[in-house]
Amino acid sequence: MTDVSAQGPLPLSLLTKDARMNRRNSAETRFRFYGLAAIGLSLATLVFMLWTIFSDGVSAFFQAKITMPISLSAELLDPQGNRNRAEMTKVTTVGYNKLLAQAFAAELAARGIDTAGLKASEITALISKDAAGDLRASVLANPTMVGTTIDVELLAAGRVDGYFKGRVTRETAERDNQISPAQLDLVDRMDEAGLLQSGWNWSFLTNPDASDQRPEAAGLGVAILGSLYLMILVALMCVPVGVAASIYLEEFAPKNRWTDLIEVNISNLAAVPSIVYGILGLAIFINFMGFPQSSSLVGALVISLMTLPTIIIASRAAIRAVPPSIRDAALGVGASKMQTVFHHVLPLAAPGILTGTILGLATALGETAPLLLIGMVAFVDNYPSAPPDGFLDPATALPVQVYGWAQRADPAFIERSSGAIIVLLAFLVVMNVAAILLRRRFERRW
Amino acid sequence: MRYAKLTVSAIAMAAAASAADARDQVQVTGSSTVLPYATIVAEAFGENFDFPSPVVEGGGSGAGRKKLCEGVGETTVDIANSSSRISQSDIDLCAANGVNEIMEVRIGYDGIVFASDVNGAEFALTPSDVYAAVGAQVMKDGALAANAAAQWSEVNPALPAQEILVFVPGTKHGTREVFDTKVIVAGCEETGAFEAFKAANGGDEDKAEELCMELRTDGRSVDIDGDYTETLARLDSNKAAVGVFGLSFYQNNTDKLRVATMSGVVPSTESIAAGEYPVSRPLYFYVKKAHLGVIPGLKEYVEFFVSDDMAGPDGPLAEYGLVSDPELAATQAAVAAETPMGPLE
Repeated sequence: MTDVSAQGPLPLSLLTKDARMNRRNSAETRFRFYGLAAIGLSLATLVFMLWTIFSDGVSAFFQAKITMPISLSAELLDPQGNRNRAEMTKVTTVGYNKLLAQAFAAELAARGIDTAGLKASEITALISKDAAGDLRASVLANPTMVGTTIDVELLAAGRVDGYFKGRVTRETAERDNQISPAQLDLVDRMDEAGLLQSGWNWSFLTNPDASDQRPEAAGLGVAILGSLYLMILVALMCVPVGVAASIYLEEFAPKNRWTDLIEVNISNLAAVPSIVYGILGLAIFINFMGFPQSSSLVGALVISLMTLPTIIIASRAAIRAVPPSIRDAALGVGASKMQTVFHHVLPLAAPGILTGTILGLATALGETAPLLLIGMVAFVDNYPSAPPDGFLDPATALPVQVYGWAQRADPAFIERSSGAIIVLLAFLVVMNVAAILLRRRFERRW
Repeated sequence: MRYAKLTVSAIAMAAAASAADARDQVQVTGSSTVLPYATIVAEAFGENFDFPSPVVEGGGSGAGRKKLCEGVGETTVDIANSSSRISQSDIDLCAANGVNEIMEVRIGYDGIVFASDVNGAEFALTPSDVYAAVGAQVMKDGALAANAAAQWSEVNPALPAQEILVFVPGTKHGTREVFDTKVIVAGCEETGAFEAFKAANGGDEDKAEELCMELRTDGRSVDIDGDYTETLARLDSNKAAVGVFGLSFYQNNTDKLRVATMSGVVPSTESIAAGEYPVSRPLYFYVKKAHLGVIPGLKEYVEFFVSDDMAGPDGPLAEYGLVSDPELAATQAAVAAETPMGPLE
């Protein structure tokens, strides 16, 4: 009281504001404004980021396609004429390319589309280079198709697709080695004739990666499967180990210097940069234990090491949040320590453990750095087979695909890269929403 | 508890399977310059052969060769792509780890180009211009002096009056080596700075060369450690700059970049093949010979890579920007005979 009176006379009434009260009030207003500004800034950054990603990436989900009939000439595809697969494999994609070029030229002529002034190679350049490989694979899978005429949907070349999306214009085409304004005129005529359509692009989600010359055929199939395998394996390895460790540490372990040390180390491990786990994984799992490179098993082992501390910390917090009265009551009616834990504490802590695990997995889903050293940041063209064998096949993961595409030379890969980010974000949103729903549904408060 | 048992058995099963299964796809690693070519071949290989497509990693030439030299066995890689020739220290490391025989395969040549924004000024450069623009110490009035040039026109009156800003590949890139030897050191010698360095260091040529390769550090020469996409993005935000790119990258982005001539020659696969364009280098890959016949598809992949259908002058690699090797037939013969490389000259 003495120092208050020392600063001057007390206000006459609480209702009239004096200078000091005004200062305090304005300090509060300022603080509220800082808070709002901080939130506003983060929101603006988020909106800017999402806007860039979506404006670049949404177009990856749409694709220009050419639909036309192809007669699978037996002369070209099966010179021996006995539909023997082994003999038919001698016809390479070069042969199939010829077939496609013929069929395309015939279709253009049948529809009366003028191709004057364009070389044959310039006309075929409008079809994706991936088409021949796809056609060959489907013919070899079903040799009886030879001799018939089938309707096929072919991807248009990357530059044609870019023209539909506004990335390629006549102006850029003038200076472009890969497409000319004359070719774009032909594209316009094809579009008018209904030979070309732009539509929803499932192949972006199902196709494997493609080389730099075929951006239009590049897809996320292998990456999505790889990420899925990683998540399954990480959950299988982390949840039992993490939960067992946290139950022991919370309920059974004596409190002494050793457990303190372990506790500090777990917290430290959670903060170790993820690349360190990659180096460890290369040394132990690949060089010492001899697991195959680039496989989702090694990736999952590395990511598990990284996620385990997070899961242990979350699970311990969930177990600690169960009130001691529950344990006391269980022990009071004669349950053993283990029965108390497994019949009462664990079920009550389960929602918290689950939430922590899902959030840990969501972080793991976005990791690239540890995968860099174990060979998962690679061009993988074949789908991994079904589990459990598929866990040993080479695979990539979603963030890896984003990274890989962002480095490619063809500008069409910018759109693919952003599209892959959208898919990754969708995965993360699903996982986080699941975590929130589980918490809402099962959480108990005391 | 059942959960835990399941996991343990799943891991045990996976481990057992890995011991029994042989790797059935080729593993390739190395240079990010060779990466696009290797993926093109890998993709076509997967389409046309009954083997799975090889797994191709990037990461850099040096790192790739080290991985190749880690040892022999299924868990090690089969092929290392490289944008520079293997060094004696790599060969020694290989030998120490039991990798005694390596096949060297030269796949073709790659050009390095200087390019600026498509709407910018025309540049007609020579190695001496580039050295005078970005060298740390240059010749001024017959003596060595710290580089103070601010505009290209100060370096050579024929060049545009534009601020000097050059994006060069960082030192971890194989591209930097070519930039250093074919442009900077060449320019250093032409301008006479090399002689001056040599005189200042008592005739020590290595020391003089080292001093030549020092670039100015006042922000006018910027090292880019990322990929060409980063250089392109920097050019996009700084239209007055000049960047260093691989020829194939430029050919994919001709609508955004204007290429500079070097000593009067326009870079193209033709001018590089004819030996007119000075800044080019050979690209290689190195095959671990002990893996041939063990890893299914390895020999087929190597042969397919150097076949005329792929690496020939009309193949997809040339279309993408690789300069076809005039001695491809000799390479094909060496691959067919599985000739290991001899000691480095």
